[in-house]
Amino acid sequence: MRLLRYTLLTLAALSFIYPFIWMVSASLSSESGLGDLVLLPQGFTWANYETVFTKIPLGRAFLNSAFVAVLTTGLVLISGAMVGYALARMQFAGRNLIFYLIIFTMTLPFQITLIPNYITMVKLGWVDTYFALIVPFALNSLSILLFRQAFQSLPQALIDAARIDGAGELRIIFQILVPNVLPTALTITILTFMGLWNEALWPLIVIRDEPTMTLPQLVTLFSVGGRAEGQLGVKIAAAVMLALPIILLYLFFQKHFIRSMASSGLKD
Amino acid sequence: MKKLTPYLLASPYLLHFGLFVAFPVVFSVVLTFHDWNIIAPMRWVGLANYERVLKDRLFWQAILNTLRFLVVHIPLQIAVALLLAELLNRTIRGASFFRAAFFLPVIVSGVVVTILWQQLLGFNAGLINRVLVSLALPRVSWLDDPDVAMYSIALMATWKNVGLYVILFLVGLQSVPVAYYEAADLEGATEWQKFRHITLPIINPTIFTVVVLSTIGGFSLFIEPYIMTEGGPLNSTLSAVMYIYKQAFQYYHMGYSATLGFCFALIILFVVVIQKRYVEQENG
Repeated sequence: MRLLRYTLLTLAALSFIYPFIWMVSASLSSESGLGDLVLLPQGFTWANYETVFTKIPLGRAFLNSAFVAVLTTGLVLISGAMVGYALARMQFAGRNLIFYLIIFTMTLPFQITLIPNYITMVKLGWVDTYFALIVPFALNSLSILLFRQAFQSLPQALIDAARIDGAGELRIIFQILVPNVLPTALTITILTFMGLWNEALWPLIVIRDEPTMTLPQLVTLFSVGGRAEGQLGVKIAAAVMLALPIILLYLFFQKHFIRSMASSGLKD
Repeated sequence: MKKLTPYLLASPYLLHFGLFVAFPVVFSVVLTFHDWNIIAPMRWVGLANYERVLKDRLFWQAILNTLRFLVVHIPLQIAVALLLAELLNRTIRGASFFRAAFFLPVIVSGVVVTILWQQLLGFNAGLINRVLVSLALPRVSWLDDPDVAMYSIALMATWKNVGLYVILFLVGLQSVPVAYYEAADLEGATEWQKFRHITLPIINPTIFTVVVLSTIGGFSLFIEPYIMTEGGPLNSTLSAVMYIYKQAFQYYHMGYSATLGFCFALIILFVVVIQKRYVEQENG
């Protein structure tokens, strides 16, 4: 019985891990060795990566994605902490209204706002600029709620002591409170960064200009359009480039990844 | 000044809400009564867009495709996630390795998973058909048969997301008091009876969460069929979001696309409310 359990678990684990190993190995194989399903590359070559980099501006897209994801995640942390603090520790008219608006926003299907948001980008002249990729995502409801919850659990004495020392509200938030809720900040960082790094639909809508494209967008267009010219290895190499950073982060922060996703109940 | 501070702190939210939530929602309702290609001025058409939605066979096919996706995806996801969670729950050694392995596809971009599965599902060289052949079973045309393609995508989506639900179920399973099982053992209950009468009622809320999240995820399906099949063969994998996207950004039917989005959101709301009703009845 015990053996059966381990056998099933191992088979399942293999079915989740093996495709990724095959992908890396295939991306390093020559086109003729590609049909094989072994773990090591057949006819080892870097050619697929060279082709990818010469055919599509992958390096540029990689930097775009990193820039957008890092900057936006920073903004989400700042805006989330500010709004979360106001909701958690201050009394003001309209506080409950804001709270309910946040809940409402979270249940709103994105299909409703997709086209008007695109039109907003057109009217602001943000199409084909980084603004279109950053500003709409610079604040999110989940991070506000998570910060609010974390700040509520801190003792008032912490804030009072800082006030006596003459600290302003922003200093209280970022120098006193945020360092006390680092696990929450880490959860928000992971979820936001991962979502931004993987986002493909919105960039497809607002970016038409190749030098501004993000990595998932470029890889999508490359796969759907004819530019891979049926060269499988090249397509897979592009996919590896997209997967690698997030997998490396995952290997470092595995526990936090799992905990943050489980506690938020989010997907994608 | 002191009175203004909370509003200043909340101002990023208020700005963001106004620009990216309130305005789009109101404007999209206005848009549904207009014909507009972005360049020419908007033209009032009354309810014509809504009439067109009702008669639009492609839209209803896209909804039907989504339902076909969900019918396979949701039960499969629950069954596999529960089985894996149950296996993990009893085993201690290596549990964190297995958990991490199951979770791997969850964190990777849908773009990557789709490119990967395109190869796994290939007719001649695909891994899955090779396994079938080696077991003396016939090959399946996973992506080229209109009756099969959407289910192949459902299979892929299950593989991608199941790790997350394994974690959620594990949390649920670990909240079952051991004493319940011990008492059942004394009464001579079978494994199935224990599962049916002890485990299942306790993890019921988790099952509901999985159903709702999978439904919303299934309804927002876009990038997977877009890369894998581009909606084909014969529109059998055309998803509603893909159709809304095409109407807006390929044909520039902004008013009609907004109407589709609006009707589609109502359908999602309807389905989720029904699911909630059903679950409450089950528990009630």
